[in-house]
Amino acid sequence: MVSAAVPDAYSESETTARARVVSAIQRQGALIALIALIVFGVVRYGENYYSVYNIFDAFLNNNSYYALIALGMTFVIMTGGIDLSVGSVAVLAAVMAARLSAYGLAPALLGAVLIGLTAGLINGGLIARFALQPFVVTLAMLLGARGGALVLSENAPVMVDFAKGFPQLGMLHLGPVPLPLAITAVLYVIGVILLNQTRFGRHVLAIGGNEEAARLAGIPVGRTLIAVYAMSGALAGLAGAFLAALSFSGSPTGAVGWELSAIAAVVVGGTLLTGGVGSVGSTLIGVLLLGLIFVTLNFERGMGTFQLSSFWENVIRGVFLLIVVVFQSRLARRLET
Amino acid sequence: MGTESGAGSWKPEVSEPLTPQSDPDATRRSVAAGADIAGLVRRYGSFGALVLLVVYNVVFTPNFLSLGTLNANLTQVATIVIVAVGMTFVIATGGVDLSVGSLMAIAAVLAPMFLVDGEQFGAPAIGLMLAIIAPILATTLFGAFNGALVTIGGLQPIIATLVLFLAGRGFAQVIVNGELQEFRNFGSPMVPNFLFIGLGEIAGIRPQVIVMVVIVLIAAWVLRATTFGRYVLATGGNASAARLAGVPVNQVKFAVYCISGFLAGIAGLIVIAINRSSDPSSVGELMELNAIAAVVVGGTPLTGGQATILGTFIGALIIQLLRFSLIAHNIPDGITRIVIAGAIVAAVLAQRQRTS
Repeated sequence: MVSAAVPDAYSESETTARARVVSAIQRQGALIALIALIVFGVVRYGENYYSVYNIFDAFLNNNSYYALIALGMTFVIMTGGIDLSVGSVAVLAAVMAARLSAYGLAPALLGAVLIGLTAGLINGGLIARFALQPFVVTLAMLLGARGGALVLSENAPVMVDFAKGFPQLGMLHLGPVPLPLAITAVLYVIGVILLNQTRFGRHVLAIGGNEEAARLAGIPVGRTLIAVYAMSGALAGLAGAFLAALSFSGSPTGAVGWELSAIAAVVVGGTLLTGGVGSVGSTLIGVLLLGLIFVTLNFERGMGTFQLSSFWENVIRGVFLLIVVVFQSRLARRLET
Repeated sequence: MGTESGAGSWKPEVSEPLTPQSDPDATRRSVAAGADIAGLVRRYGSFGALVLLVVYNVVFTPNFLSLGTLNANLTQVATIVIVAVGMTFVIATGGVDLSVGSLMAIAAVLAPMFLVDGEQFGAPAIGLMLAIIAPILATTLFGAFNGALVTIGGLQPIIATLVLFLAGRGFAQVIVNGELQEFRNFGSPMVPNFLFIGLGEIAGIRPQVIVMVVIVLIAAWVLRATTFGRYVLATGGNASAARLAGVPVNQVKFAVYCISGFLAGIAGLIVIAINRSSDPSSVGELMELNAIAAVVVGGTPLTGGQATILGTFIGALIIQLLRFSLIAHNIPDGITRIVIAGAIVAAVLAQRQRTS
């Protein structure tokens, strides 16, 4: 044991261990920031911060829309694409759900998801079959779906029918967990399995890594792309149904900018926009982190430490995004060299 | 490898494979010579659509052929065209600028600060000059920030400009605490002169229409006839090949974001002059999407390497005229948006078939 090589080997493994720690800090930056923020909040604000209601209803449930949209966006971005239409599609689905709420919970929920799925299939079909750029196609859908929402709602918010049980979607709880949150959690688990355990997940990553190579390797690129955009559309539709159920109406003017919030969450989580890499878990961390920043700011404002107007939120969100992406790109460069 | 040896000097002399969409050879052929039929159709396809729209309106829309209608349409489209010209340069390099609407809002809140009381600047006229120069300078600097993130920071343009898309409007709102400012409440005697930008008339034509035309002409000349213009297209066609051919790729990218910020600032000033008020929450809202739509409909592909300023102008006019036609025939707003969405898809589909 007391050979001359031992100290050398020891110090070498120590340096690689340190490098690994540094790299882990950078790669898991979002997770570390999230944990730090939670610890800070618990210590500073006490029980209110982690009350059951605050965690499940006020915080997690209200972020379930972004979580759903960001889940679909993660898969889209991993193929090297982008889906700008999700906010408009969610609004279209919310109006649809409100319109169908007179027929009960199931038709409203199904209608919302189906119209989202249809929008996603159109996106995916145009992108995969006609080789159009995702940015342009989903930009057109952003305009078109918003137009559809205006037509379907006749330019005014559509109130949800309270008699037929649709609002239950927003009120039911499984233990302490609100139903939309529970559904979102289940879908995230499915998303993780889909990405990591199935052929589909490997195809998604292969297409994002190199679409031409994936095609040559016999991967059904077209079908996979259509499935990814359809998934994003359907999840946006579900988010729209939740929005209608939680706000008791389908408003054609809501959800502006959701697509960019979702993209920000995906990027903050650590998924690169170039495609080919990413994880569902990191997107969830991104969503929670961006959401928790505002909860923390609100608590701080409640303690009267400072008087920041709500207009600062966008500034902080932008600056935060900046810090994270600069951090990430430096990491990416280091990995390349 | 010389960089000034005449047209097409930047043609990559490396054996790097080029993707079909960004084949700079095809670009040169269709843009410069227009010899092949595909190039001709590509060049005049969007123009043909515009002519069809005009003819349709002449026949079916009452009072279409009047100076009032022409002025109304050109006035409404001016800010979109101005921003879309900057966007064309950015897209030509293969980038995109999502921050333009927020930059317009920043210009919109800065200008009134210099009009509140011109006395503190020595003379009211200096206040007026500052009200025009300072906001445009500021948005140009923010554009430079975008450019720095893309070049020095190495960020993807969507993400880099998403930062200011979010934070820029936030800044604008924070500066004035989110409040709408109306020009009639301002003390400066220069306010009417400022409002002239958007509400005046020069020989029956609104000043912003003249500004728009001048910008389009200068930009078309820059892109077509200057070394910088060729550098922009080379950068978008294949950045690494362009770099090897001696094109200062990073400087070019940096410059196009500055141009985009500069033009967004001008558009922001025009909007508040037309509105007689400055609302940080609404000025420039959705402008990034309108501008990108105009660029795409006009025939500039988002892949970069090809661009047409005149096409962007025509693209913006097509969307404007489409909207005008539908509204003139009492078609609901929702349907109008769906039709415009369809037009965008139709435009890219048509361009795709011509290029392939």
